[in-house]
Amino acid sequence: MQKITRKMLIDKAAELLQNGTVDRVLGWKNGEFVYDVTPALFTDAEALEKDFVYNDFCGANFSKYLIAETRKQGGKVLVFLKTCDTYSFNQLLTEHRFDREKVYAVGIPCEGMADIEKVKKAVDGIIAVDGKDDKIVVTSLYDGDVELDAQAVMAERCIVCKSKKHVAYDELMGEEGEVIESARFDEVEKLEKMTADERFAFWQNELSKCIRCNACRNVCPACTCEKCVFDNPDSGVENKAAADSFEEKMFHIIRAFHVAGRCTDCGECSRVCPQNIPLHLLNRKFIKDINSFYGDYQAGAEVGSRAPLVNYTTEDLEPGEAVEKGANN
Amino acid sequence: MQRIGVFVCWCGSNIAGTVDVHAVADALKNEPGVVFSTQYQYMCSQAGQDMIKEAIKEHRLSGIVICSCSPRMHEATFRKTAQAAGLNPYMVEIANIREQCSWIHKDMAEGTEKAIILGKAAIAKVNLNAPLTPGESPVTKRALVIGGGIAGIQTALDIADAGFEVDIVEKNPTIGGKMAQLDKTFPTLDCAACILTPKMVDVAQHEKIRIFSFSEVTEVKGFVGNFTARIMKKARYVREDICTGCGLCTEKCPQKKVPNEFNLGMDNRRAVYIPFAQAVPKVATIDPNYCTMLKSGKCGLCAKVCTAGAIDYKQKDEFIEEKYGAIVVATGFNPISMEKYDEFAYNQSKDVVTSLEYERIMNAAGPTAGKLLRPSDGKHPHTIVFVQCVGSRCAACDERGKEYCSKICCMYTAKHAMLTRDKYPDTDVYVFYIDVRTPGKNFDEFYRRAVEDYGVHYIKGMVGKVTPDGDKLIVRGSDLIGNKQLNIEADMVVLAAAIEPDKSARPLATMLTASMDTNDFFTEAHPKLRPVESPTAGVFLSGACQGPKDIPDTVAQAGAAASKVIGLLAKNKLTGNPCVAKSDELMCNGCSSCERVCPYGAITYVDKEFRMPNRTTLVRRVASVNEAVCQGCGACTVACPSGAMDLKGFANKQIMAEVDAICK
Repeated sequence: MQKITRKMLIDKAAELLQNGTVDRVLGWKNGEFVYDVTPALFTDAEALEKDFVYNDFCGANFSKYLIAETRKQGGKVLVFLKTCDTYSFNQLLTEHRFDREKVYAVGIPCEGMADIEKVKKAVDGIIAVDGKDDKIVVTSLYDGDVELDAQAVMAERCIVCKSKKHVAYDELMGEEGEVIESARFDEVEKLEKMTADERFAFWQNELSKCIRCNACRNVCPACTCEKCVFDNPDSGVENKAAADSFEEKMFHIIRAFHVAGRCTDCGECSRVCPQNIPLHLLNRKFIKDINSFYGDYQAGAEVGSRAPLVNYTTEDLEPGEAVEKGANN
Repeated sequence: MQRIGVFVCWCGSNIAGTVDVHAVADALKNEPGVVFSTQYQYMCSQAGQDMIKEAIKEHRLSGIVICSCSPRMHEATFRKTAQAAGLNPYMVEIANIREQCSWIHKDMAEGTEKAIILGKAAIAKVNLNAPLTPGESPVTKRALVIGGGIAGIQTALDIADAGFEVDIVEKNPTIGGKMAQLDKTFPTLDCAACILTPKMVDVAQHEKIRIFSFSEVTEVKGFVGNFTARIMKKARYVREDICTGCGLCTEKCPQKKVPNEFNLGMDNRRAVYIPFAQAVPKVATIDPNYCTMLKSGKCGLCAKVCTAGAIDYKQKDEFIEEKYGAIVVATGFNPISMEKYDEFAYNQSKDVVTSLEYERIMNAAGPTAGKLLRPSDGKHPHTIVFVQCVGSRCAACDERGKEYCSKICCMYTAKHAMLTRDKYPDTDVYVFYIDVRTPGKNFDEFYRRAVEDYGVHYIKGMVGKVTPDGDKLIVRGSDLIGNKQLNIEADMVVLAAAIEPDKSARPLATMLTASMDTNDFFTEAHPKLRPVESPTAGVFLSGACQGPKDIPDTVAQAGAAASKVIGLLAKNKLTGNPCVAKSDELMCNGCSSCERVCPYGAITYVDKEFRMPNRTTLVRRVASVNEAVCQGCGACTVACPSGAMDLKGFANKQIMAEVDAICK
């Protein structure tokens, strides 16, 4: 369960609206179902009180929304950022994607968010969600209140959380944490240990589930192009990706290449995938390789850092060496 | 829709020998956009070109595909042909069916199939070609010569004599390079200093030449005609502008135990020093690794004795930025290290020396004032063994040595042997060799004189081991002609160490984006036809940085490089390459990826106002390409995530169309 409560966030938002620091608030509200928490914009205390929610299902990363928000007329927008969101926030600033002056960022601590699929597997007919200590209390239509161990239903990206440190904010609620020694590459190593055929079969199986809904692209804070190559007939990529049964693989491979070196590993792609494809593993493989080729690099750790893939130093691997190392990894 | 003409060249039997040119012309006739297709023996001949011109007029062609040799050979020819017929020269595409097809295939069917595929790819590209017009850029009329050895000196003098300004950057305190360390030069035996130092003085006195000694190039930006170099003048703790080179400081300096690099560490110099008597510039330099004043703040003797007040212990490295139109690399060579050659006892005995060390021993300004004395005990040696090819012509698997022939060793060894016998007739001189290579004017005569007139014992075979034994060196080698093992009791052994490019060459190549071979020699633009130009426009090669060379070859190449530089600097404007990057502002995200990867600094960002729905506007940051600076390398098009950045003449779509045509 989260240490920060809905009330604390509403009070903070109301205060900032009241004193004129911001004129709107990016927050969460319930969707069709209580576990379908969805991003929303609030402009007054009343609306906040009515619809604003904060619970273990509030995983959405708001940083990408700032591109559209900061292009609007008017004052500053308040955004609540969990630690992982702050990395996306910085990466977008590095790429000059939004106007920092038009944002008031409040860092909020995060204890890890629940994996909706895991919760749904444990409880049927979810009608309400609440937190209590290290438990999540789910009210079921059939079984009444069910207590779940928060750790047991935590999202994979949170179990291997890479940082409890906010790398960007105007104001921080709660205590500042540290960057964590994360086991996030363990899953990648498992894939690397497979033979090429096994690995191909793994991805063939996973990616064949893709329905090309574009949710992964649309939620990805690195996928912010004014016009995506997949929406641009002139790019010649769109019809390639739609050519045959190889389609979904091309789409995801091209997307992984496009975000390589810029992906902060926020894990939103896998969270929103309706087919539960572990898309983040593709990106993590890239991150792992970049780390081993060019030294450890975390996209978004600081604004303006020169990413290894668009930076040349004389110590860089020769392309041939990189290919060789990549083949052995 | 384009109206494309296809012209398949036989190149005599070069292409027609392994490619059925008639079948290729026939097959390409039916490709999209093709309205005419033919073949001819020599497309590059006048008759062939006339044929192309007539076809352009007769069939109203809007683009042409020539299936022939590499575009590096005749692309320019065919572009001019097209232009003469009124077509935009960038509507010409070459399908390379010679180097990339007929020459590498033996089977006619395979060769023909591949030629057709390559033709299809070029046709697919031409279908998307658009006319292009090149821009122009100005030329900075100043040359930079990196390296102040005989190569750099000669190049600089020749360029300066043509009336252009030249800067020489030399990393050592004086120009002169390796040649300044030589005693006599083959095959005429003139004294190296006597022929080099007048040139050094010429350089110093030339009003068009500036010397940056004890300096290094740390950064190079820009492109042909418009380079900007950052030069670091290392602190020498002596003010170059007022030091008179009187040498008083070098006599008074109490720190006497500094290994003298000019004599390869065989004697000592002071902490403040002038490398040699004829140094240019004749200015003292303080060695901060040994100077007690700089290390501990105690001493200051040199400052006290300097009448000019030139000593400045607080001097700092100084950086200078200058613009250049052309850059000449003349970074030279070094003998390889003998540290790993234990079989020759180089580390065990002081009396085993390299040929360059022997050169200093023979020199009047050397550690023994020109007397042949053994380094170990100062005694006169009677038996001297020379070993050739130490580290040269090695097997590829030998990590200590080089695969190539170092070229100069046969001749300097003959010189050393001859001079030794000439000055000291009481000596026995042996030379162990694999082959004796003397292909130069008067070279073989010189070598034969050593054998026939001076009685040098040439032994075909290699030395297996040198073992120190008391004050002697036991040399064990094989005599292949006599078919026996030899044990020679020698007083001195001289190793003809292989030569390798100077260590500064590799980082410099990176700075200049000039390519190198696996041995770190700079690659020439064409091994036969463009031997003094690097593949990077505006960067030229002089001397041993390009490959092992003796002095006559070096001077000849230095002059050739200079003439290329003069040809470039004589132009007021350079016609640019129209195949440059272009940014689609509507698609540009403003992310700066392209700006970061651009090696030429051709991309800047501007805030641009866009009209949005409902009469609103939006100001967005977008990329803008300076076409005069862009060299069309295409790095930005790959870095751009949205595909907003594209290369004219090599658009993503065109490349994709080529790949599609090949994969179809």
